[in-house]
Amino acid sequence: MNISPNKKPSARFAPWEDPAQKPLVRFGNVTKRFGSFTAIDNISLDIYEREFFALLGPSGCGKTTMMRMLAGFEKPSEGTISLGGEDIADIPPYKRPVNMMFQSYALFPHMTVEANIAFGLKQDKWPKQQISERVEEMLSLVQLTKFAKRKPHQLSGGQRQRVALARSLAKKPKLLLLDEPLGALDKKLREKTQFELMDIQEKLGMTFVIVTHDQEEAMTVASRIAVMDDGKLIQVATPEVIYEYPNCRYVADFIGDVNLVEGRISSKTEEMVKLAWAEGQGDIDISNKNGCAAGENACLAIRPEKVHVTREEPQDVDNKIRGVIHDIAYIGNLSTYYVKLGNGQIFRAQESNRRRLANREFTWDDQVWLSWRNTAGVLLQK
Amino acid sequence: MNSRFTWFNATSLTLGFVFLYLPILLLVIFSFNESRLVTVWAGFSTKWYVELFQDEAFLDAALVTLRVALLSATVATILGTLAAVVMIRAGRFRGRTLFSGMIYAPLVMPEVITGLSLLLLFVAIGIDRGFWTITIAHITFSMCYAAVVVSSRMVTFDTSLEEAATDLGCTPFQSFIKVTLPIMAPAIVSAWLLAFTLSLDDLVIASFTSGPGATTLPMKIYSQVRLGVTPQINALSTILISVVTLGVLTASFLTRRAETKRKADELLAGS
Ligand SMILES: Nc1ncnc2c1ncn2[C@@H]1O[C@H](COP(=O)(O)OP(=O)(O)OP(=O)(O)O)[C@@H](O)[C@H]1O
Ligand SMILES: [Mg+2]
Repeated sequence: MNISPNKKPSARFAPWEDPAQKPLVRFGNVTKRFGSFTAIDNISLDIYEREFFALLGPSGCGKTTMMRMLAGFEKPSEGTISLGGEDIADIPPYKRPVNMMFQSYALFPHMTVEANIAFGLKQDKWPKQQISERVEEMLSLVQLTKFAKRKPHQLSGGQRQRVALARSLAKKPKLLLLDEPLGALDKKLREKTQFELMDIQEKLGMTFVIVTHDQEEAMTVASRIAVMDDGKLIQVATPEVIYEYPNCRYVADFIGDVNLVEGRISSKTEEMVKLAWAEGQGDIDISNKNGCAAGENACLAIRPEKVHVTREEPQDVDNKIRGVIHDIAYIGNLSTYYVKLGNGQIFRAQESNRRRLANREFTWDDQVWLSWRNTAGVLLQK
Repeated sequence: MNSRFTWFNATSLTLGFVFLYLPILLLVIFSFNESRLVTVWAGFSTKWYVELFQDEAFLDAALVTLRVALLSATVATILGTLAAVVMIRAGRFRGRTLFSGMIYAPLVMPEVITGLSLLLLFVAIGIDRGFWTITIAHITFSMCYAAVVVSSRMVTFDTSLEEAATDLGCTPFQSFIKVTLPIMAPAIVSAWLLAFTLSLDDLVIASFTSGPGATTLPMKIYSQVRLGVTPQINALSTILISVVTLGVLTASFLTRRAETKRKADELLAGS
């Protein structure tokens, strides 16, 4: 997992840190119930103009419901949603400056690809010339120029998904809602389309809200990510923060791979916390970023790529543990070592494969040392 | 042919079809009979058809029947479609079950009762019976069939299509016109054809609700037959059968094609 390449170090875009900024979208204590079932549970959330905001969470956690409330197909049971400072509860979908790409695509089966994309533009009474130009532009964007005259049922799943994307983009709305826009595409095309989406979004100054199951995709495209579970927001932060400083075990576990070490805080100073985690093993040092008190139970979360595997006992490291290689997962550029610790726990460590497979350093049942710096992990409260 | 096509199966199939179609076949054959006698074959001729088209009374009746069928099928389809939309779309409102039950009830109501009750109604409110009362009566009973045909398609209609249209700027009415109707068109057309054929061959209800000067073809045939079957009647019946068969076949063809297309769409959508 790598951190998104699109963040320019200069002119950092972070309107959510600026209290003077007005959000474009504001969910104020929004609850949505279907009968007795609570799909969205008291969510408050601000989304700013020009953001590329990602909603991430397991199936059924309420992502689509959030989108549908923004598009106007569902009304919140409680709370308010405002767009540009205006409560939109009574504005019907067709008057909102919002377009949505449906998870089910919802392409009009009786119209050609072209007509599908032109539909919203015709509805807005664009001049003919401009419509055909825009349709052309959208078709080439999603690489479907050849298929302009086909009907949706003559397309593959991925092609339909791209038509749906083109149709929702065509009107260049202020706020675009994308419900799993790239799920049916192969990896190459998906990555290409991701960058094109980011490009469009930046060029046109639109605001995107995207739902995705693919955390890597969320990391790549998003300015901020909201991790949801069971109708609640668990953490809303930039991809870096979500990855490096998850605020709970759920987020740590949901985004990327993580080793979780349960323990009890044995001592605490200004800058350091010691975690006692197993009989007969030294305490783990963790630089203190969290408000845990001594004596409390806590949990260390550390990413596999932050853990080093060495044959000799490493010097000059903050933490080291002995273990035996239990399993090796080779995935081309990386290898993940599953190392069994003295207490039976399996610890994952990831190394990049700079050498060829034959020259690999370790093999099964080798005695190895795991080591990491005390800033590498985060301490999570139980 | 697979092994299950046995001697027994073949016989029962043949018997069944003979039972069903022999009378009709005889009627069609004898409509081309040279002789005036209905049961004696005397050579091929189309003279009864020619005679039929020169008979004012028959032509009148045909015209009435056709006008009633066209008008009542159209109105019944519109009303039936609206009823179907309400039944499927309106969600749960008070009395929904009652409403949809009542839509279907006339399907199983004996025609005599429908006819009689309509007659009583027309007498009670004092309308002169004739063309209009037959039309109204036909709308009443064929509307239920139209509603059933349209709603069976409506059930599988993906409402997110309408949502997508609204999302792209259509008012609910516009999205109904631009998206829902075109997609529902095959079902609506077959509903219309069904209503049309039902109206065309109805005898009972028309007899109850017609008045002087408005006689439909089935009524005409029936009254003629009581004086004895003529080859002319055979010719007329043959024409009627052809029209009705054509209507029913087209309707079922349209439904089938829409169904296979929808299935193919779903299959692809699921992939
Ligand atoms: N119209 C509805 N009536 C009743 N329950 C609903 C309705 N729409 C959604 N739900 C329920 O609300 C919950 C959230 O649904 P939602 O579609 O928002 O999930 P999701 O996060 O988009 O999931 P997925 O990733 O699978 O698309 C689900 O448990 C779902 O069953
Ligand atoms: Mg969803």
